Amino acid sequence: MSEVTAAPPRPSLWVRYTSSSPIVVTVFALVLGLVVGALIIITTTPAVLDAWRAIFHGWDGVPHALNVTFNNVGAAYRSMFTGSIVDPQGFWHSLVTGKGWTNTLTPISETFTYATPLVIVSIGVGIAFQTGLFNIGANGQAVIGGISGTVVGSMLHMPTILHLPLTLLAGIAGGMICGAVPGVLKAYTGAHEVIVTLMFNYVAYAFLLFMVLSTPFQQPGQQNDISRTMDPSAQLAPLFGSSSGLRVSFGVFVAALVVAFAWWLLNRSSLGFDFRVTGANPSAARASGINARSVIVVAFLISGGLAGLAGVVQVASTTHYIDGGFLIGNAGIGFTAITVALLGRNKPMGIVWAALLFAALGVGGRNMQAATGIPLDLATVIQSVIVLFVATPVLVKEIFRLRGVSTASVQLATTGWGS
Amino acid sequence: MQLELRGITKRFGSFTANDQISLKVEPGQIHSLLGENGAGKSTLMNVLFGLLRPDEGEILIDGVVAPIADSGEAVRRGIGMVHQHFMLVPVFSVTENVVLGFEPTKSFDRVDYRRATEDIERLSQQFHLDVDPDAIVENLPVGLQQRVEILKALSHDAELLILDEPTAVLTPQEIDSLMAIMRSLAAAGKSILFITHKLKEVKAVADVITVIRQGHVVGTAEPSASESELASMMVGRNVQLTVEKSPFNPGAEVLEVRDLVVLGDRGLVAVDGVSIDVRAGEVMALAGVQGNGQTEFVEALVGMRPVLSGTITLHGRDITNLTPRQALDAGLGHIPEDRQRDGLVLSMSVADNLVLNTPRRAPFARHGTRDLAAVNDNAVRLVHDFDIRTTSIQGPASSLSGGNQQKVIVARELSRPLEFLIASQPTRGLDVGSIEYVHRQIIEHRNHGNGSLIVSSELDEVLALGDRIAVMYEGKISGVVDPSVSRESIGLLMTGHTSETASV
Repeated sequence: MSEVTAAPPRPSLWVRYTSSSPIVVTVFALVLGLVVGALIIITTTPAVLDAWRAIFHGWDGVPHALNVTFNNVGAAYRSMFTGSIVDPQGFWHSLVTGKGWTNTLTPISETFTYATPLVIVSIGVGIAFQTGLFNIGANGQAVIGGISGTVVGSMLHMPTILHLPLTLLAGIAGGMICGAVPGVLKAYTGAHEVIVTLMFNYVAYAFLLFMVLSTPFQQPGQQNDISRTMDPSAQLAPLFGSSSGLRVSFGVFVAALVVAFAWWLLNRSSLGFDFRVTGANPSAARASGINARSVIVVAFLISGGLAGLAGVVQVASTTHYIDGGFLIGNAGIGFTAITVALLGRNKPMGIVWAALLFAALGVGGRNMQAATGIPLDLATVIQSVIVLFVATPVLVKEIFRLRGVSTASVQLATTGWGS
Repeated sequence: MQLELRGITKRFGSFTANDQISLKVEPGQIHSLLGENGAGKSTLMNVLFGLLRPDEGEILIDGVVAPIADSGEAVRRGIGMVHQHFMLVPVFSVTENVVLGFEPTKSFDRVDYRRATEDIERLSQQFHLDVDPDAIVENLPVGLQQRVEILKALSHDAELLILDEPTAVLTPQEIDSLMAIMRSLAAAGKSILFITHKLKEVKAVADVITVIRQGHVVGTAEPSASESELASMMVGRNVQLTVEKSPFNPGAEVLEVRDLVVLGDRGLVAVDGVSIDVRAGEVMALAGVQGNGQTEFVEALVGMRPVLSGTITLHGRDITNLTPRQALDAGLGHIPEDRQRDGLVLSMSVADNLVLNTPRRAPFARHGTRDLAAVNDNAVRLVHDFDIRTTSIQGPASSLSGGNQQKVIVARELSRPLEFLIASQPTRGLDVGSIEYVHRQIIEHRNHGNGSLIVSSELDEVLALGDRIAVMYEGKISGVVDPSVSRESIGLLMTGHTSETASV
């Protein structure tokens, strides 16, 4: 039409750079998250506050206060980095002497260990989001998947070649059953999936307690809420052998397979095309002959199945048993997955990076707490601020004066509460 | 009131919507602003009404520079606007709507309805508006609702009325009476700015015509100018206003609808026993004012709305109550009424949209995996064959203009093997050039011996395309006529007169 005839002037390099990719907005959001975190450290650390109160007590009051501030903030973020990725000094030491590799690699191993199930469950949530569905019940689905997988892994006995796949499949099946219920209810009765999935989390927790307290699944001879332990043949073994001392397991390959599957599903398959059309425009999907009911049910089966897989991977690669506190509270990766999927814009590779970032913040936060006494909650604050700024690109744009970051380049992850 | 715009320029980023636009409206004059969609008419009116601030240029009222900061100031200066989409509260009475925001009060801040009602009756009589002040707005036909908008402007002592595409929603009869009202307003000294892209109306009512294209004034014309002159000024090239059709040579019956009953969204009967036949090589045009059951009728045909009773057969095969998928597979092509809601996924690429309803069909997919090379080849071919103007087939459909979005749908439907084409409002909101194009495609499809059903509330379109014209009124077919009958008699059918009374 007539609008497009006027050729816009060539934008500057900076504008093209910043408007070219939503990754840039994410990076700025990360920076902002760290800035907000620093402000919180400054305003809550007694040593820093004392130094600022004392700025008139001597000629060097202000430089001293600044020094204390940078030291504290620096120490916090340094411990977060060294605790989640690598300590450069330790790395150099290992490289020169060839010793201490376990200690050097533990942080990154822990980050990957935590990220592995998070990637899997977040991809499940992301696929649901792409279909226009909110799966708020991924945590419950992961719990059920963890239970069913651990039941197979601990109460059946067979060689690894059968046992491990069956254990993982049991986890997928458990999550699928748990995800199918809200899917079928939404498709055939119109029940809102947010309510149903949310409530199903509580069903899952109650079922978990029942299983670990009142059934043969409970560890024999135990009164506590703890399950039997998986046979070694059902476990995801450490990647570098159990003598390495590194927990990162063959679960990363499971996650990699899931990423590859999700990429094919969303970008190459006819089914994924139906998902995306349904998610982007349900009316057009209907007019194009897409069966909304089957799309909803299948999307929920996949989403729930992946959540269940995440649950069993978590058990099979770390604890090998589950207890009554499995995936409750801060460990509820099914809830973290919602923000991770949002941060990764529901794209498989985006989710991988987002999950690694969140895992690093969580693992590093624990190290920071141990090293500096700054509570782990700071990591949660930083995570939240990042998500907040990613979800509000306009704000980031204003703060950094990023002209030309079109709102289209940062698509809303979901279509809202409407169904 | 004399209104003058001098060098108005309005830019949105790098795009100039209005470029040095100057025009002058004299008192008692009906000044037509003619231009295609996207030419910058609405931007100009929003500038004039204070909703947008111009980057350059000034507005003069009676020879004095009069900056307009907001719509309140526009109203105080005597400018009234009748929007394309009415700004009325449906459950309020006419009087309540007219005084809304400017309520005359008596003691203790009570609204003085009696005075307001008297004012409305006086204005209504003076300009032959014929509106009952106590009627509830939602019970009024669209034409009368529009008069309420006009009344609202007049009650604020408007001396200049801006009418933004006022005829888009009206029946031919309502258009005639609107024009009579416009003339009586002008006779009483009011100035009128009449925005439209419809050539017939401009010629019928305007004193002066200013044509704008791509944000520029391309010239002024007298109402005596021919339609094709005006069209070529508006589009910038010669336009063929009539579609050339090969002789009508109907074949066997293709689509047969018998006693179809369909419910509307609110559970009321929307389609009430409609029977219709369409033959091969025939375009059946379904005319009617919008909201008389056409939408529901088409939705029932393509499987998007359940049929309560009656039958639909295609080539003798019963296709009643199929799913949309089955209807597509049976060979029904569908150009939906609301292209952005039902026809496209705006956030997805042009290439994906071109296979939106055939993604699983060979060659676009094999064993559940899409063949993106085939999808792209298809897109390249259709973009070329159907002249879709796009910078990239991977770009989102939202980046296309309305006309090109419609071409995507037309290309998608006409490029697959069809038994029958159903097109709803196929040229709504399109510019003259795109209308010409879509019409040619539909007629070409017909000339190949295919049957089609075209639903339109535009009488011009119905007359241009239809080999026969069925008129729908309140869910029933009020008559099936030949396109050679007069516009008036079709207009009468559209308002519910049956064919016996209309065929005079």
